Amino acid sequence: MAFEDQRTTVYKIDPAHPESETLPTLRTEELLLNMGPQHPATHGVLKVILELEGERLVKSTPVLGYLHRGVEKLAEDGTYHQFIPHTDRLDYVCAMYNNFAYCRAVEKLMNITVPDRAEYLRTIVAEVQRIVGHQFWLGTQALDIGAMTVFFYCFRDREILMDWFDELCGARLTTSWYRIGGVERDLTPSLLDKLKQFLDYFPPKIDEYQVFLETNRIWVGRTKGVAIISAEDAVSFGLSGPTLRGSGVDYDLRKAQPYSAYPKCEFSVPLGKNGDTYDRYWIRVLELYESVKIIRQCLEQMQDGPIMADVPSVTLPPKQRVFTNLESMIQQFKLFSQGFDAPPGEIYCGTEAHKGELGFYIVSTGGGKPYRLKIRAPSFIHMGAFDHMSRGYMISDAVTIFGTYDIVMGECDR
Amino acid sequence: MVLQELASRLQNDFSAALVRTVEWRGELSVTVMRGRLHEVAQFLRNDPAMDFDYIVHVSSVDWPDDEERFEVVYEFYSIRKRHQIRLKTRVPESDCVVDSLTDLWKGADFMEREVYDMMGIRFRNHPDLRRILLPDDYTEGYPLRKDFPLRGKGWRDTFEFLDETAR
Repeated sequence: MAFEDQRTTVYKIDPAHPESETLPTLRTEELLLNMGPQHPATHGVLKVILELEGERLVKSTPVLGYLHRGVEKLAEDGTYHQFIPHTDRLDYVCAMYNNFAYCRAVEKLMNITVPDRAEYLRTIVAEVQRIVGHQFWLGTQALDIGAMTVFFYCFRDREILMDWFDELCGARLTTSWYRIGGVERDLTPSLLDKLKQFLDYFPPKIDEYQVFLETNRIWVGRTKGVAIISAEDAVSFGLSGPTLRGSGVDYDLRKAQPYSAYPKCEFSVPLGKNGDTYDRYWIRVLELYESVKIIRQCLEQMQDGPIMADVPSVTLPPKQRVFTNLESMIQQFKLFSQGFDAPPGEIYCGTEAHKGELGFYIVSTGGGKPYRLKIRAPSFIHMGAFDHMSRGYMISDAVTIFGTYDIVMGECDR
Repeated sequence: MVLQELASRLQNDFSAALVRTVEWRGELSVTVMRGRLHEVAQFLRNDPAMDFDYIVHVSSVDWPDDEERFEVVYEFYSIRKRHQIRLKTRVPESDCVVDSLTDLWKGADFMEREVYDMMGIRFRNHPDLRRILLPDDYTEGYPLRKDFPLRGKGWRDTFEFLDETAR
């Protein structure tokens, strides 16, 4: 029997083998399998074309762009302030950190110093957001590979923080709480109480998550030794965040290029050894403890003071004054209709979001709108390493590898 | 290494290739001639004092009024040395090709594909230069070019609508 397909190879049993006469010829061929774009484990609309040999992945080609909305082009049409709500929609699971990264980039462009209290508030909320992000990751990643219980536990605790965000800024996901030069509003005594309660409540819960996963043989079997990437490759691919630190590379922007209130806090950056999915999980769990530590220190150190930089040509006036004072109203109107006059130049500013380095590259030619705004999205860059990391593993491991990046398609496709 | 040292080192070794060196807001950006981009990048990657092992992003800017219309922007960081540099080069519209840096940094693969997709700049020796975010059969051009309309193509004005008063 002849096979016309060029991909087909015929394996024959050794003719010297005594059973060679009786066994039929084994026919093997490569199989192409589309995974996604609507697959529950791809965390959004992501398609990957898997080339298979048996159940092993020979090559995988990510097909991106199902959620492409042209955010970078949109940015060229609005003022700097108007772009803040768009950043919510990048990584829609962790909007606060996107706001933070963007505001920091614009502040660097405008050379604005943020007041101390605002820096502490920003750090506190950013770390709360990191906890939310890691809980979300932990729950869904475990769910994808068959550990369901921990998903409910993570989401139960995440809900407390979502309600906290709701009380802080009126939205659970699309927060837009950060402003260029400061933050929108201060923490109320009720919010402070709730946060302190949560900090006491939360660390024992992390232990609980760990017990659920680390005693689950199936989960451990599916994460240990899966999707290994060496430190050199991880750096060369431009991976960042826990995905990079899992391979033992000590690179955390909070330490390497300290910003906000991080230099005033003591915390450690956990590093992995083996560069596999399990190490990356372990790093994220340890980061939960570190985040609790950072928030506690910030709450202790924080002093009263202004929450917005006093640069009237750039920063927004307080909302109360907008409604009672004519000049403030005119200022607000001008800032939103024309924007502020940015100096010509270009800057890049990276921020350590919980997924990795989220950066904004802004080119300004003067005037109120960015000439070009480029978003360095960690999810997109991590997908570049997908083929490399998945080769040789099984189909079912592809799900683990999506999970290990903590990928969100809103950010990947922009 | 301090930024001034970086700049002077490049100035010494590649004085003929450098077009412009700018330092602003604590960042160094160096524009090189297109033909020598790969050579300079290789030096940045391999020289022990430079040691730029990490690729941060690849981007592109369109300057329609300039003779060399497009600007390709690479940003590198050194994890061991903790310094950063921005390497830029200009490309004319008639010959929109740059040498790919995928052989030096693996991560450049997807980033360069995105630049090709959004700005239409081709990368020589790129292993898999296809559109990445837009569909493969997209024929309406390159969205981040400045001549791509920012607010639709006027189709909205051509829609017919019912006149409620004429009933």
